[in-house]
Amino acid sequence: MFEALSPAEWRAVMLSLRVSFWATLLSLPLGVYVAWVLARKRFWGHSLLNGLVHLPLILPPVVTGYLLLLGFGRRGPIGGFLEQTFGLVFAFRWTGAALAAAVMAFPLMVRAIRLAIEAVDPKLEQAAGTLGASRLWVFATVTLPLILPGVVAGAILAFAKAMGEFGATITFVSNIPGQTQTLPTAIYAFLQVPGGEASAARLVLIAIAVAMTALIASEFVGRAVARRISGQ
Amino acid sequence: MTLSVSVHHRFPGIGIEVDFDAPPGVTALFGRSGSGKTTVINAVAGLLRPDRGRVVAGDTVLLDTGAGRVLPPHRRRVGYVFQEGRLFPHLTVRQNLLYGRWFAGLRGGDGFGRVVEMLGIGPLLARRPGALSGGEKQRVAIGRALLSEPRILLMDEPLAALDEDRKAEILPYVERLRDETEVPILYVSHSPAEVARLATTVVLLEAGRAVRALPVAELLSDPDAGRAFGLREAGALLPVVVAEQAADGLTRLDSSAGPLWLPRIEAAPGARLRLRIHAQDVILSRTRPEGLSALNILPAAVADLRLGDGPGALVQLHAGDERILARITRRSAETLGLAEGAECFAILKSVAVAKGDIGAG
Repeated sequence: MFEALSPAEWRAVMLSLRVSFWATLLSLPLGVYVAWVLARKRFWGHSLLNGLVHLPLILPPVVTGYLLLLGFGRRGPIGGFLEQTFGLVFAFRWTGAALAAAVMAFPLMVRAIRLAIEAVDPKLEQAAGTLGASRLWVFATVTLPLILPGVVAGAILAFAKAMGEFGATITFVSNIPGQTQTLPTAIYAFLQVPGGEASAARLVLIAIAVAMTALIASEFVGRAVARRISGQ
Repeated sequence: MTLSVSVHHRFPGIGIEVDFDAPPGVTALFGRSGSGKTTVINAVAGLLRPDRGRVVAGDTVLLDTGAGRVLPPHRRRVGYVFQEGRLFPHLTVRQNLLYGRWFAGLRGGDGFGRVVEMLGIGPLLARRPGALSGGEKQRVAIGRALLSEPRILLMDEPLAALDEDRKAEILPYVERLRDETEVPILYVSHSPAEVARLATTVVLLEAGRAVRALPVAELLSDPDAGRAFGLREAGALLPVVVAEQAADGLTRLDSSAGPLWLPRIEAAPGARLRLRIHAQDVILSRTRPEGLSALNILPAAVADLRLGDGPGALVQLHAGDERILARITRRSAETLGLAEGAECFAILKSVAVAKGDIGAG
């Protein structure tokens, strides 16, 4: 099947996998932290943070992409700072596609992890505290192992969402073959040119295969982890 | 080591104002639910920060709101046995037991084997909490708290969620804890039987206030406290020494009030025990009774007579150095002409000294 892919199609698939992988991996620690804050802390601005996290889910993706362009473009306040200080450029690079995918997938990731954290009995965490564990150790030795199925589910959900992200990506980093042309934007591009249907169809099959694999993997991992921590 | 506790905290609807000192041994916090028992030990553990309070264990200040010193729970070294066990479901029994030990910086050591042996949980070490019975879970929870080598052990109704058989399974282990370790224990309970069996000192709580803190024998034989315990449970604790095993299957126990005969008790002569004598199992007579099947008759003098609102009366007696409570009717009290100082005889129905109430003391 892979021999059947043209180099352009192959590049789009690989780029999408790379973008989704890094988007998921790098946003995961922040996702766990934000989910924990939302689940366990009551503070002024709680609703504001919650709204901010969920915004990309509600806003039209084009708007999110445009806001990213304004903020993280080379002339944007954050983008300019990052380029001058770290030489890190997002605009029209694959890193920008990863940022867009991460932002768009973040609400789904946080929701899944937050549900898992809310299911953990805070009394277990109190017990760990009386046994000498500091807040950080309580999290590492009690909370995290118990929410692992939720974290895995959140990560896989985020990965699948990143694979499919279209609107924000194309707005923020455009659709440059080999640079920012991911699987969905490639499908879109192939459908715009005469005779591109065959290419699009092959990519669609790959998209379906990746999505199914992700779902089955999440089921499998989730069940294995749940069995381990159920205490049986 | 002595634990000194002062907790003042306002909840909507109830104010907690409790001050007491807990000497070594088991100090029971006794009272109805809602009387503030759990609030007090949560303040000791650091799970609740009271409006005003001071908690000192030995010479370590755990909490002093006046001086702005509030140690977080994980730095207090306070072992806490919760009502529901709260074992970590993702860890094995062995890992649960070692959890606090690791944070206390204790690697290995002989303490582990000793505690496992004392609680009889050796066969459970490889299991997970989900596969344990309620009684087993509580024993592991006690072991886990104990193995963190705490300054104080807090137990919040550790037996309340268990049925009678499981309670009977755990009580001896708590007694061994009291007798074999130096750790002071704060024990929250609303069960008079548990308190009578385990406690050295009792802090009586009513509506958020510590009514009194007394050695357990004094409290149990106090007619006022008797009411707090509930009349059915009112009674005295009698310290005795095993004196002699008779050929007919009876055991003689000596107390300062006189000798007592009980169906055989498996203990060596010289062993110290405490007997619980329920007030309702004591009959009074003004003359030395004769031709009576009861074996245990103690000469006594009336120390206090409380007439209740109903037909009952609670009589506190001096017998030797001890105090005994008797629950009789008001009519009997009048017929017998009982008054403070009156000499009489306390007849203990032999069945009254139930084996379940015999605890090492």
